[in-house]
Amino acid sequence: MTPVMGQYIRPEAVAWAAFILVVGLTFAGALIAVLPRNIIYNVFGLATCILGVAGLFIFLGSEFLAMMEILIYIGAISIAIVFAIMLSQPMHVRIPPAWRPKLYLSFAVSAVVFVSFSVIVLRTPWAVALERSQDWTVKRLGELFLTRYELLFELISLALLVAIIGAIITAAALGGGRKPEGEP
Amino acid sequence: MNSLHTYLFIALVLFCIGLFGLLKRRSLIGMLISVELMLNAVGLNFMAFNRFLAPDPAVGQVAVLFIMGIAAAEAAIALSLILALFRKIRSINVEQARQLKG
Repeated sequence: MTPVMGQYIRPEAVAWAAFILVVGLTFAGALIAVLPRNIIYNVFGLATCILGVAGLFIFLGSEFLAMMEILIYIGAISIAIVFAIMLSQPMHVRIPPAWRPKLYLSFAVSAVVFVSFSVIVLRTPWAVALERSQDWTVKRLGELFLTRYELLFELISLALLVAIIGAIITAAALGGGRKPEGEP
Repeated sequence: MNSLHTYLFIALVLFCIGLFGLLKRRSLIGMLISVELMLNAVGLNFMAFNRFLAPDPAVGQVAVLFIMGIAAAEAAIALSLILALFRKIRSINVEQARQLKG
């Protein structure tokens, strides 16, 4: 930012505006992901919410995780959900309206969870670690993945492989309510 | 903007919105979307502790990356199960899936 601009727009103000924008994106996206009856709006809400969370990750100091968040959640999971919507229930089918007490009960349960967790958050004396390293680089992350967390890393890869194969088998072979035309 | 409590409360609100959706929705895909919201809230919590408290800032990022991997696997499995269920009962409404009801 040039000094001339800096006289009129303070960097802290820009940071605050960006923070409010990001938090707003997160909450608005989460509400859109939950409230509308039309399922395709929910997916768009989820994508908006993920964008907001990625922005919050940047505020928390990790650009790498923000990129991964966008890649994995918006690039893979949201697209997979859109595919599942496309292959399952047609959009024009009207769903009967919800049973009202269920709505109130679920609101009450989440309100109780909110209150109890906020009491925990406020009551706990959070202690900062005595010695804190400031190494936020991706290099350190890669080193940890291949040394201390090597086993977990390999296990996650195995779990993903098994999940993919299992998903293909479940969706292709075990679905079998109706055989496609042309097969005996 | 720069305190632990702000981020913890943002994550808490996100978690509660996800919980509300998980209890309220009857469409299985809607429930899956709510679960993704809750997983994101957990990841946000990890990153907040990582930024303000933890001795080594790489560890929290590793945890969040593992959460993302598990979330991807979970979404793949859940969506294929939803498709299989839809082929069986022609619906993705949980209230229609009652073959095992006694």
